[in-house]
Amino acid sequence: MIATARSQQRVLNWIVLIILIAGVIIALAPLMYMVSTALKANAYVQEYPPRFIPENPTLENFQTAFNSRNFARALLNSAVVAASTSILVTLLSSMMAYAFARFEFRGKKVIFAGLLIMIMIPGVILLIPQFILAKTLGLINSLPGLVLIYSAGPLAFNTFLLRGFLESLPREIEESAIIDGANPFTVFWRVMMPLAAPAISTVAVFSFLGSWDEYLLALNLLTDESLRTLPIAIANFRGQHASNWGLVFAGSLTAVIPTVVLFVIFQRYFIQGITSGGVRG
Amino acid sequence: MNSPMTAAVSRAEKRGKPYYRWYVPYLFLVPGLALYLVWTVYPLLYQLYVSFFDWRIMPGQVSEYIGLQNYQDVLTDRTFWLAMQNTAGYAVITVAGQMIVGLALAFLVNRVIIGKRFFRTVYYIPVVTSWVVVSFLFSYLFSPGNSGLINYVLMQLGVITEPVSWMAQSNTAWIAIYSLGIWKGMGWAMVIFLAALQGIPPELYEAAAIDGAGEWARLRYMTLPLIRRTIFFVFVALMIGGFQVFISVLLITGGGPLHRTEVALTYMFDEAFGNLHFGYGAALSYILAVVIVLVSVIQGRLFGRNTREVEY
Repeated sequence: MIATARSQQRVLNWIVLIILIAGVIIALAPLMYMVSTALKANAYVQEYPPRFIPENPTLENFQTAFNSRNFARALLNSAVVAASTSILVTLLSSMMAYAFARFEFRGKKVIFAGLLIMIMIPGVILLIPQFILAKTLGLINSLPGLVLIYSAGPLAFNTFLLRGFLESLPREIEESAIIDGANPFTVFWRVMMPLAAPAISTVAVFSFLGSWDEYLLALNLLTDESLRTLPIAIANFRGQHASNWGLVFAGSLTAVIPTVVLFVIFQRYFIQGITSGGVRG
Repeated sequence: MNSPMTAAVSRAEKRGKPYYRWYVPYLFLVPGLALYLVWTVYPLLYQLYVSFFDWRIMPGQVSEYIGLQNYQDVLTDRTFWLAMQNTAGYAVITVAGQMIVGLALAFLVNRVIIGKRFFRTVYYIPVVTSWVVVSFLFSYLFSPGNSGLINYVLMQLGVITEPVSWMAQSNTAWIAIYSLGIWKGMGWAMVIFLAALQGIPPELYEAAAIDGAGEWARLRYMTLPLIRRTIFFVFVALMIGGFQVFISVLLITGGGPLHRTEVALTYMFDEAFGNLHFGYGAALSYILAVVIVLVSVIQGRLFGRNTREVEY
């Protein structure tokens, strides 16, 4: 009886493992196929039968991508925009979160509720008025302008996330700093920020990725070719060389690889960040 | 909480003298709030204003106030209703798909004996990829003719005998768009469900096992009710996301053929940035925002009341 139960368990364990491996194939096969297409010369892109392992792998597509006008520039633009957005969002939302977590002041509840309500309003809905406003303020073709718009959207949610984290920190260390005569800004910068490092990394990485990928605002606000960001450059490859999938995917990989690497390095923070909003929220 | 220093500070606070000046909290708030007000709250109100005009974006042109005309135009526009229907269809199908697959994967990952972290990481990778990139990728996977990967695989498996021109018809184009939505989102649902499952104390399962509950009974009568609140959260979050489907449709079909795969936001985008009907697009955006907020509030009413997590 016990022996059959145990062997049944073992069979079940194997079934679970096999299903999960099938799932891995489904999750990764499209991406692997993108890698292999990027490594194929154009003649092989529409070959029959399609191959996962390219016959004559070549880096030609990557060379073409980086030699094409403004692609390297687009990569740099994206990196600068995403890094600036990440710094700005992290700094501003942790300052607000600290105020909500540790200070008492007039209007605290009203302001916090105002932030929470706006979390419900999806950002894309604001595309038209943000575009008109940017045009009025002369922020068309301005990367700093783009950074400001990108930074505003995620502020509410990240403030909410960080406030929860800051409230859970013990007050003792802060209080001893206060008794030693530290002012609120020193306490925030030297005591709270280091203590909140895990949560802050989450916010930083998420806001980096959010702006790294952004397509619609960048598409409409940046008309100058030298200012374009990576998603726009990739879409241009697709638009100009419709059947040259190798080139499109060489460009795409340039955008995707950093995000996957960031995710794998910071995955612990990622998982915390994602789940803290949902579980027991 | 009982250290002497804590006592000193809280004594100071009780006397109504915090260690900071009254304006200090506002100094922490002002930079963030200013940015937030200018780029989200103001645009939201400004959009309402724009929606009452026949808005002209070109310099020198005068925008004419037309009251509720834009709203009337949107609500009597057949393409808008088709787009809303498509959006709702996308939300329902992809949310169901992501939840079922995500929940199943979470159970399996929670139960697997080796490689938990590996599986969790790999399933999440599609989530972090760029929408622009994976939209092109799925266009390519669903290429027409023999050499398209999906056609090839389905023909090898004997599911189809002729290669399908996926984008030529709306039915088959939706298959590509839906599968992208599910493929990209299943890892997110899985990670949240998995965290909820891992939060269930193992003693509960041991007790149930001693009581003779089989694996299915434990799943049905214990696990699912225990993570009810998480299921609800994932459902609402995915529905809100589903109603915002945009880039995949824009880049895979562009709303075609003949507006058949148009969704709310692609239609808004076409009208505003393609035809320069900004007032119309603003009205449409507002209607969509109201729908999204209503959908989440109604869901909250319907399911929220009875979804308090069981205490344990």
